Amino acid sequence: MKSSKEKKVSLSKSRQRSTRIAATVFLLPVIAIMAIYIVYPIISTFDISLYDWNGISAKKTYVGLGNWAKLLNDRNFWAAFKNNIILVICSICTQIPIALLLATFLDAGGKKVNFFKVVWFLPLLMSSVAIGFLFSYALATNGGIISTISRALGGGNVDLLGRAPHALYAVIGVIAWQYTPFYMVYFLAGYSGIDTEIYEATIIDGATRGQYIRYVALPLLTPVIKTACILSLIGSLKYFDLIYVMTGGGPGTATELMATYMYKLSFSHFKMGYGSTVAAGMFILVTGIALTIQNLVLKRRGELV
Amino acid sequence: MNKYRAEKLKSRVAWAIAYFFAVIWLLVTGIPFVFMVLNSFKGQFEMLQKGVFQLPDSWYPENYIHVVEKGFFRYFFNSVIVLVISLAILLFISACASYPLSRMQFKLRKPIYALIVACMSIPIHVTLIPVFKMSTKLKIYDTLWGLIGPNVAFAIPVSCYILTTFMQTIPKEIEESAEIDGCGKYRNFFSIILPLAKTGLSTLAIYNGVTIWNEFSFANTLTQSKKAKTLPLAISAFQGEHAMNIPVIMAVLVLTVLPMIIMFSILQDKLVKGIMAGAVKG
Repeated sequence: MKSSKEKKVSLSKSRQRSTRIAATVFLLPVIAIMAIYIVYPIISTFDISLYDWNGISAKKTYVGLGNWAKLLNDRNFWAAFKNNIILVICSICTQIPIALLLATFLDAGGKKVNFFKVVWFLPLLMSSVAIGFLFSYALATNGGIISTISRALGGGNVDLLGRAPHALYAVIGVIAWQYTPFYMVYFLAGYSGIDTEIYEATIIDGATRGQYIRYVALPLLTPVIKTACILSLIGSLKYFDLIYVMTGGGPGTATELMATYMYKLSFSHFKMGYGSTVAAGMFILVTGIALTIQNLVLKRRGELV
Repeated sequence: MNKYRAEKLKSRVAWAIAYFFAVIWLLVTGIPFVFMVLNSFKGQFEMLQKGVFQLPDSWYPENYIHVVEKGFFRYFFNSVIVLVISLAILLFISACASYPLSRMQFKLRKPIYALIVACMSIPIHVTLIPVFKMSTKLKIYDTLWGLIGPNVAFAIPVSCYILTTFMQTIPKEIEESAEIDGCGKYRNFFSIILPLAKTGLSTLAIYNGVTIWNEFSFANTLTQSKKAKTLPLAISAFQGEHAMNIPVIMAVLVLTVLPMIIMFSILQDKLVKGIMAGAVKG
């Protein structure tokens, strides 16, 4: 009796060990690559942030927390951070409601409105860089789309990207053009995830389509909408490609974001020491905000079911 | 009866309004594409003199021929090589990692999984300078090989998240019965789990394929010469040479989007599914 019990224990132990070994083998490549390309660089960025360094020469001067003190008082950085926050708010307030309306229309319209779906989807296929270039011409003062329309209506040329307050909103508009289809597809998936029986039951109970959407479908979609908001938040804080290509952060700092500021400091002005400080500061802000909001909004994200 | 007719009228009006706004969004989305395609067929001065929405004088694809002659396909094939190698490595190793994360019991499972998933919100810019330094040291700066590592690394978190969720849906019994028949963990993975995860892998391939195809920041930082530049960089390279010749740049834009549009028309449903799968990341 006793010996069989012992045997069982040792058997399960050896099984546990073989599981552990197998798990290690399977996880090793992923962990190695992430360690090399994500973990080590993050640590290294924090390390470089303590130096004054141009990125090329061997001469690296240790400045301690000097760069960090500079960052705290750097008006350009905080202007960029403010633009990031404006981008977050505008993105959530435009992309998500529009996407929800589009998805609702497509869901209610069914096969009839397939043409709309295909065209609305198109911006998703273009890279941010291509969109940036396209719109830097499409919004040009001379020969741009908006200027042409304005002239046709009897107005003059419109300079959207050249002046400070408009430039940021023009760019935000382009970003909305780019990302609205993404959330549309996302919400469409949410709609198709709702059981058809629920719809049928609602209609049999005498509700109209509008009532179904308002009182049944939308409440069921709430978690999907929340996730979409978080995605939009994180994406907007990290945003880079399109603005870098379209305006390079200009005019002045009108459209500067944390990422474009960091990039220009490091790779155009070769201030890699301070550039690293900006990158590290950005990392702290983005991760901090993302984690806080995630914990507030979705309590159980990332947990195994 | 009257009430029924009133309802019907109301519904008609609602649909009319909905269609009105739908058409407006259709124009907002479509006009930039029309602008791009129309002008890509025009001559340099034709565009500005005659107005941007006029039909071109001739549909002869002169700008396209010019762009192709100036080495467009170099960028294109660079992109293809980077895409294929990155995807192959990425899919294989994330499938490997997702297997123990979804189907084995060991102590560190939850913390490792949480850590991998947490990496999704990391801005790539925090790694840019060290990766740049590393690439110059390893002599892979300005080669296609330098782009593969970062592409794979930053796609791992989403991929593991999606694949782990997917593999959890495969019933446990299949594996158990194989184990009784004497299958080890490794054979289990290659002959049972991997084939069953095919749908998950294909969605993932599409989602990450789009991202890698369009990747810009690393490509811009880690390459310098034409032999290593990928498609997103082709646009700025052509712009450097033809800043004033807008129609040529429009032709480049059309050529970079075209492969995606062709893919879209072939794999429409799968592509949508792939993007949706990626959307669950957070």
